[in-house]
Amino acid sequence: MTFYQLIFYAFSTVAVFSGLMVVASNNPVRGALFLVLTFFAMSGVWLLLQAEFLALILVLVYVGAVMTLFLFVVMMLRVNVVGMFEGFVRYFPLALFVIMVIAGISIMVIGPARFGLLSMPAPGIKPDDFSNIKEIGMVLYTDYAYPFEISAVMLLTAIIAAISLSHRKTKK
Amino acid sequence: MNFTIAIPEIFVLSMLCLILLVDIFTPVRFKIATYLLVQLTLVLTFLCVLTQYLNYSNQIITFNGAYVLDKLALLTKLFLLVTTFFVFIYAFDYLRKRNIGRSEYYILGLLAVLGMQIMASAYSFLTIYLGLELLSLSLYAMVALDKDSARATEAAMKYFVMGALATGLLLYGMSMVYGATRTIDISQLGDIVNLATRNENMVVLLGLIFMLAGLLFKFGVVPFHMWVPDVYDGAPTSVTLFIASAPKVAAFCVTMRILVEGLSSMQIEWQFILVCVAVLSMFGGNVLAIAQSNIKRMLAYSSIAHMGYVLLGIIAGPDTVEGYSAAMFYIATYVLVAAGAFAVIAIMSDEGVELDKLEDYRGLNARNPWLAFIMLLLMFSMAGVPPTVGFFAKLGLLQALVEANYIWLAALALVFAIIGAYYYLRIVMLMYFEEPRAELVKVKITMRPGILAAISVNGIAVLWFGLLPSSWIDMCRLSMV
Repeated sequence: MTFYQLIFYAFSTVAVFSGLMVVASNNPVRGALFLVLTFFAMSGVWLLLQAEFLALILVLVYVGAVMTLFLFVVMMLRVNVVGMFEGFVRYFPLALFVIMVIAGISIMVIGPARFGLLSMPAPGIKPDDFSNIKEIGMVLYTDYAYPFEISAVMLLTAIIAAISLSHRKTKK
Repeated sequence: MNFTIAIPEIFVLSMLCLILLVDIFTPVRFKIATYLLVQLTLVLTFLCVLTQYLNYSNQIITFNGAYVLDKLALLTKLFLLVTTFFVFIYAFDYLRKRNIGRSEYYILGLLAVLGMQIMASAYSFLTIYLGLELLSLSLYAMVALDKDSARATEAAMKYFVMGALATGLLLYGMSMVYGATRTIDISQLGDIVNLATRNENMVVLLGLIFMLAGLLFKFGVVPFHMWVPDVYDGAPTSVTLFIASAPKVAAFCVTMRILVEGLSSMQIEWQFILVCVAVLSMFGGNVLAIAQSNIKRMLAYSSIAHMGYVLLGIIAGPDTVEGYSAAMFYIATYVLVAAGAFAVIAIMSDEGVELDKLEDYRGLNARNPWLAFIMLLLMFSMAGVPPTVGFFAKLGLLQALVEANYIWLAALALVFAIIGAYYYLRIVMLMYFEEPRAELVKVKITMRPGILAAISVNGIAVLWFGLLPSSWIDMCRLSMV
C-alpha cells in the first residue's frame, strides 16, 4: 500500500463512518456536525483527485456557509427526538431489505471489474503550472454557459420561493 | 453557439425579470398588471415558438450539445404554453377570492414554464436535470402558497421530501451512466451504448433503472404514486390544476429523450419495467379512484391511471411507428381534459368553501346547465366515450399495442378503461339525475366572462378534436419521426 492509498483509505473511512453517523445519531446537532465531517473527508478525497478548486469550494461553501446556517436552524427548532424513532422497529426490517437489495446490486455492478484501474486509468500528473480554476473558468462561461445560466435562474427561484413562503402581510 | 434558436427561453427569462420589477412597484389595486404581463409573455412566447415550428427544417443542436431544437421540443412547448395560458385564466378568480399569493403564483408559474421549456429542449443530462429542478422547485413553493392551510403545508412538505428523493435517484442514475459512457450528451449516448458489450453495459442498465425511478416519480405512476393524491388534494385547486397539466407533457418529452433517443438499444429492459409499471398504475389508479368521495382525490387517482396509459404508447413505440405518437396524443389530450376538470372544481368552489366532494356535484345540471354540460364532455373524454377526444386517444393507443403484438396488454388496458368508466360516469349521473343538496339549490355559480370563455373553449375543444382529430394526430405523428 502506497502512502497515497493510505491517505485515500483514511479519508474514505472517515467519510463513510461520519455519513452513517449523520443518520444514526439521535441528536440533530450532532448529526449536522457529522455532516460537516463528511464534507471535510470528501474534500480530502477530491484533493487526491487533483480537483483542488472543488475541494476548497466544498469546504468554503458547504462547511463554512451552508452547514453553519443549517446548524443554526437545527438549534432553533425544537426537534422531538423521541418522536423521530417512532415506528423504527416496525419499518426497520423493510428498510433493511431495501438497503440490502440496492446495496447488493450496486456492489455487484459497480466493482473493480468495471471501474478498476484497467478500464478507468487514473488521471496523469498534471504539470506544475496547471490551474484548475483556469480550466473551469474556461469552460464554465463558454461550453457550459447555458447550464450555468439555468443554475442562476434556479437560485432566483429559490429566493422568490423563500420570500413568498415566509413573508406575511401585516394584518390591518 | 447559436443564441437565436433559444429565443423563447431567453424571452421568458427577460420578461420574468421585468415582471418581478413591475410587481414590486405597482400598488395593490393594480396587481392585475402582473397577471396581464404574464399572460402576454405566454402569448408572445407561443407565437415565437409557433414561428419556429412553421419554419422548421432540420434538427439543430447548440450550446455544446445542451440544447436541441426539433419537432418534439417545439410541439411540447406549444402544448405547455397553451395549457399554462388556460390554467392561469382559471386560477385568476380562485386566487383573487382567497387572496393567496396572487402575483407569486404567476411568477412562480412562469418560472415553472421556463423550467419546462428547458426540459423540452434539453439534450444533455445536465440540462434535463436543471430544467426538472427548476420546475420542481417552483411547484413545491406553489403548493405551499396557501400559508394558513395546514393541509397545503403538509402536502408541500411531502411533495418536497419525496421529490428531492426522486431527484436524487435520477441524479445517481445519471452519474452511473456518465461513469460508464463518459458522456452526458444524449446524441452521443446512443452510439456509445450500442457499441459497448453487454457486460460493459451493466452499469448503464443500473443507471437506467435509477433514472426511470426518478422520471416515473414525476409522472406519478405506481409504485411512485404516493404523493399524487395528497398533493392534488392538499394544494389549492389553482395549483393542482397547474401540477396536473403542463408538467406531465414536459416529463413525457424528457422520458422520450432519455429512453428513445438515448438508450434505445436497451429497449428490452426498459420495456419490461414500463409494462409492469403501466399495468400496476392502470389497475391501482382506476380501482382506488372508485373508493374516493373527494373529487380532487378521485381525479388524482385517475391521473395515475392515465399516466399508465401513456406508458403503454412508449412500450409499443419500438415495435411500431404509431406508438410514440399515440402516447404524445394521449398525454396532450389528457392535459387538456385534466386542466378543464380541475378548472370546474375551481369555479364551483366559493369564497372560503371548497366544494370538492362528489356530493357537491349532485344536480349541477339544475344549477348551471352549461357548466354541467362541459363537465359531462370532460368526464366522457376521460372515460373514452366516442364523440370526445379521449376516445381517439385510447383508440390510438390500443391500435398501436395490437400492431406491436401486445394484444394481452391491449385487452388489459381495455378492461381497466371499463373499470374507470364507472367513476367518471358516476359524476355524470350525479350531475344529471340527482337533485342538488338543499342548501346549494339557491347558491348561484358565478363565472367571470373570461373564465366562462376559457372553460367553454376547453369544453368545445374536447368535442371538436373528438370529431376532427386528424390534424392534431398528424402533428403528433410528425413530431416523432
